Amino acid sequence: MALDGPVLEVRDVAQSFSTEGFGTRLIYEHVSFSVTAGEVFVILGGSGCGKSTLMKQIIGLLPPTAGSVRVLGHDMYPGDDRGDVLTRIGVMFQSGALFGSMTLLENVMLPLQMHTDLPEEARVALARAKLGLVGLADSTELLPAEISGGMAKRAAIARALALDPPLLFLDEPSAGLDPVTSAGLDQLILDLRDILRATFVVVTHELASILAIADRCLMLDRGAHGVIALGDPRALRDGSDDPRVRAFFRREAA
Amino acid sequence: MSATLSVSTEDGATVLRFTGRMDAAGIAGIWTQTMRAAAEPHEGALVADLAGVALCDTAGATLLLGAEARHGGPIGLRGQEAGLDTLLDRLRRAPPPPQPTPAPGWTFTSLARLGLRAAGGGIAYLGEVAVALAMAPSRRRMLRLSDLLRTADEAGVRAVPLILMLGFLIGLILAFQSAVPLQRFGAEIFVANLVSVSLLRELGPLLTAVILAGRTGSAFAAEIGTMKVNEEIAAIRTLGLDPMTMLVLPRLLAALLVMPALTLLMDASGIAGMSVVMQALGYSPDAIAIQIRQTVALGDLFGGLFKAMMFGAAVAAIGCRCGLAAGNGPRAVGQAATGAVVGGIVAMVLLDGVFAVLFYLLGW
Ligand SMILES: Nc1ncnc2c1ncn2[C@@H]1O[C@H](COP(=O)(O)OP(=O)(O)OP(=O)(O)O)[C@@H](O)[C@H]1O
Ligand SMILES: [Mg+2]
Repeated sequence: MALDGPVLEVRDVAQSFSTEGFGTRLIYEHVSFSVTAGEVFVILGGSGCGKSTLMKQIIGLLPPTAGSVRVLGHDMYPGDDRGDVLTRIGVMFQSGALFGSMTLLENVMLPLQMHTDLPEEARVALARAKLGLVGLADSTELLPAEISGGMAKRAAIARALALDPPLLFLDEPSAGLDPVTSAGLDQLILDLRDILRATFVVVTHELASILAIADRCLMLDRGAHGVIALGDPRALRDGSDDPRVRAFFRREAA
Repeated sequence: MSATLSVSTEDGATVLRFTGRMDAAGIAGIWTQTMRAAAEPHEGALVADLAGVALCDTAGATLLLGAEARHGGPIGLRGQEAGLDTLLDRLRRAPPPPQPTPAPGWTFTSLARLGLRAAGGGIAYLGEVAVALAMAPSRRRMLRLSDLLRTADEAGVRAVPLILMLGFLIGLILAFQSAVPLQRFGAEIFVANLVSVSLLRELGPLLTAVILAGRTGSAFAAEIGTMKVNEEIAAIRTLGLDPMTMLVLPRLLAALLVMPALTLLMDASGIAGMSVVMQALGYSPDAIAIQIRQTVALGDLFGGLFKAMMFGAAVAAIGCRCGLAAGNGPRAVGQAATGAVVGGIVAMVLLDGVFAVLFYLLGW
């Protein structure tokens, strides 16, 4: 899907949660960025800085306290045509969020069943192919409760890929994976980007992975309540004069 | 724009000419046609012409691989975009799915073994509860009072309005239904005897226990089942703690504690409901009270309360057991809750039968 202009536009977004009593707790504010088609965009930052929250906001699950989000040219809030957008994005949640009462194959087949008219045989073949891409070809008949944590992550990625969406959101896809599988996943992301011109928004902490896949990255900080860096990760690693960014890329304790 | 397929022969080779978008939605219309075309016996090679294809993603690639498998040999490609070969390579690299081993059929021995294992599990559980009870004094620290109080509050205090309402209505209905036939013999005054005896001895404890099974037994099973699914039970064990003492005993004690009180309330509100009918029939409260006192002995009341405690213990124990025995996944939690209610009700009726025989032999 060649789209003119950015596939994702986040303008001045803020999020705060109400605390017990009548207070509010600000997570971040003034977050703005845009992602163009075919880009791998990485969101990074310390634990608890709001990466998953930002992702939920972008995909339309959590209205921002302020600001606006446009995905594939549609406003997500108010999301009158959100249903149309949702079939064209793939999302992998940090926890995997596989359906516990379905096998891996059924999990991946579900979006195909709901959004296409493919015959049963084709759905099975497609779902098997997606599971094969993430290295789970031999576990298709297992239930989520019967697989390891890393396998659940990969199955969740396969489900996000089910419809070959042009825009994918992955929340910590390689957390809990061994370096070899993790590198394989990075290669898969790059291949899909190159072959299908898919766009990726990836939340990750893995430095190696960031440097391998990211065209640009956005760094959030809990203390700063917002963005502290935006740009090419290699340039940030070598040239940033923000001590927090330097500490992150050099794996120093802040 | 959906994909289209046309089949032709060129120099002995069969050519599948695709056009349009070969994504999941696009190939829906041509999947069956493609498979059929690929499966037909071919003299020469099978070639896919993709020159007119706007986009071919993993769905399209899977279609081509499916055709290849049907054909039984490699499929030639022409006019494809550069990336497609890489994509096909990636998809081909996945190992074929394992062949499922057929499940063995049911035999008498396998069924018997299953039944024995279930029975053994139940007996082992009773043993574990007994051990936990015996060890409770030395494991006082694991027995958290706050847990006990919270459970007693949820199982008991919060059930009071429901118990009062149901008891009142049941007393009312029983009295009304029995007044009609008794009236024909001029024996309406005995409605008081009938309702109070049946409430105190049977209906009070049974109905209260049914409510406990529905409200609380299922909640125990769901709560503990969720903990099991989330590996919290395993975490309790690895922390050197005993799930029996930490989870089961407080719930058991809470049920033992609240059941007599709830049953008493059920009895009282039932009798109140009955008196409303009796007064409508023209009997004074004094007359009703005298009638009740003549028929009901203290033994009836205490026998009923004792039964109620046993029912409560059975419901709580079965609820916890269903939770602890829950399998994996969200469906298991639902099954545990269902099992808790069904098991609790069956167990209390069986127990009631046992008590009926026992009380009869004891001359109560
Ligand atoms: N529903 C919620 N209610 C209140 N606070 C929330 C809620 N969801 C998230 N938060 C808070 O928002 C902050 C950011 O959470 P988030 O899950 O986005 O972190 P994260 O950056 O993804 O961290 P991690 O790397 O550990 O996954 C946290 O401090 C969290 O407590
Ligand atoms: Mg997160």
